[in-house]
Amino acid sequence: MARVLVGVKRVIDYAVKVRVKPDKSGVVTDGVKHSMNPFDEIAVEEAVRMKEKKLASEVIAVSCGPAQAQETLRTALAMGADRAIHVEVAGKEYETLQPIHVAKILAKLSQDEKADLVIVGKQAIDDDSNQTAQMTAALLDWPQGTFVSKVEKTDAGLTITREIDGGLETIKTKIPAVLSADLRLNEPRYATLPNIMKAKKKPMKKVAAKDLGVDLTPRIKVISVEDPPVRQAGSVVPDVDTLVAKLKEGGHV
Amino acid sequence: MSQPHRKAVLNLYKTLLFLGKDWPQGYDVFRKRLHKVFSRNSEETDPTKITTMIKHGEFVVKEIEALYKLKKYRAMKRRYYDDNN
Repeated sequence: MARVLVGVKRVIDYAVKVRVKPDKSGVVTDGVKHSMNPFDEIAVEEAVRMKEKKLASEVIAVSCGPAQAQETLRTALAMGADRAIHVEVAGKEYETLQPIHVAKILAKLSQDEKADLVIVGKQAIDDDSNQTAQMTAALLDWPQGTFVSKVEKTDAGLTITREIDGGLETIKTKIPAVLSADLRLNEPRYATLPNIMKAKKKPMKKVAAKDLGVDLTPRIKVISVEDPPVRQAGSVVPDVDTLVAKLKEGGHV
Repeated sequence: MSQPHRKAVLNLYKTLLFLGKDWPQGYDVFRKRLHKVFSRNSEETDPTKITTMIKHGEFVVKEIEALYKLKKYRAMKRRYYDDNN
């Protein structure tokens, strides 16, 4: 029976049109709908299914962020996690929080909580870093199964099917291990109203990153955040000659 | 509304309202439409008809959940996986 640690991130909702701040320091987050990162939902679902199949004894959800991260943790609890740990990171530190810091936090927590399996989403839909699982595995010196589309328990450990370029790869790992969930791993359940109410009674522990001994000094500096280039409008040409001339001008023929 | 069904109907209404918060066209659109449907049938007294309507409501709840799931899955698939199709 394994104890599973699941990392969840609070991100801007996937359906929201993201706007860049006028000073190009980041994107507008005030008054914008946030929700759990879709890939993390898949990670939570997989952990909960493991528990339902009696492969896991306990599912612990972890989130690093400001006070609002607790809402995301409530969603994870409503989906079936047993308890939650909120690692408080606020203000300036949160703005420069990077996968390396989160990986250190997750690594420390999985040792403290004696977790046998860490599952995270393969990437978050806001910064698309795709680094946390890999770094966590490296810090713990555990095997990693990234971009997982299927997990099966086999006698000694896990048999994992991974999504790779142009196909699938099957690997075997021992436990403990770090997994990152890909889109096709499962269909996450919807956190229903009664379950969200029940989740309010589940335990949530609050810790500060400093108490875990994790240094949150930024390693990178954001120079500028810009909108993607806007598609240029097309134009109607009067005849073939003009078209050919224009194409030559643009260097296409 | 007869008393035995009162709780079930209220529960259904609350569940649907909760689901409406994620409605693509906005919560207000959803809430108004939902209220209209419920108030239209509020005079119903036949218990079998009420039970059928509650059943239908529960079916709609499942449909909306499925809709949200599919919408999210498709958005993710389009953003991260669809290079050539």
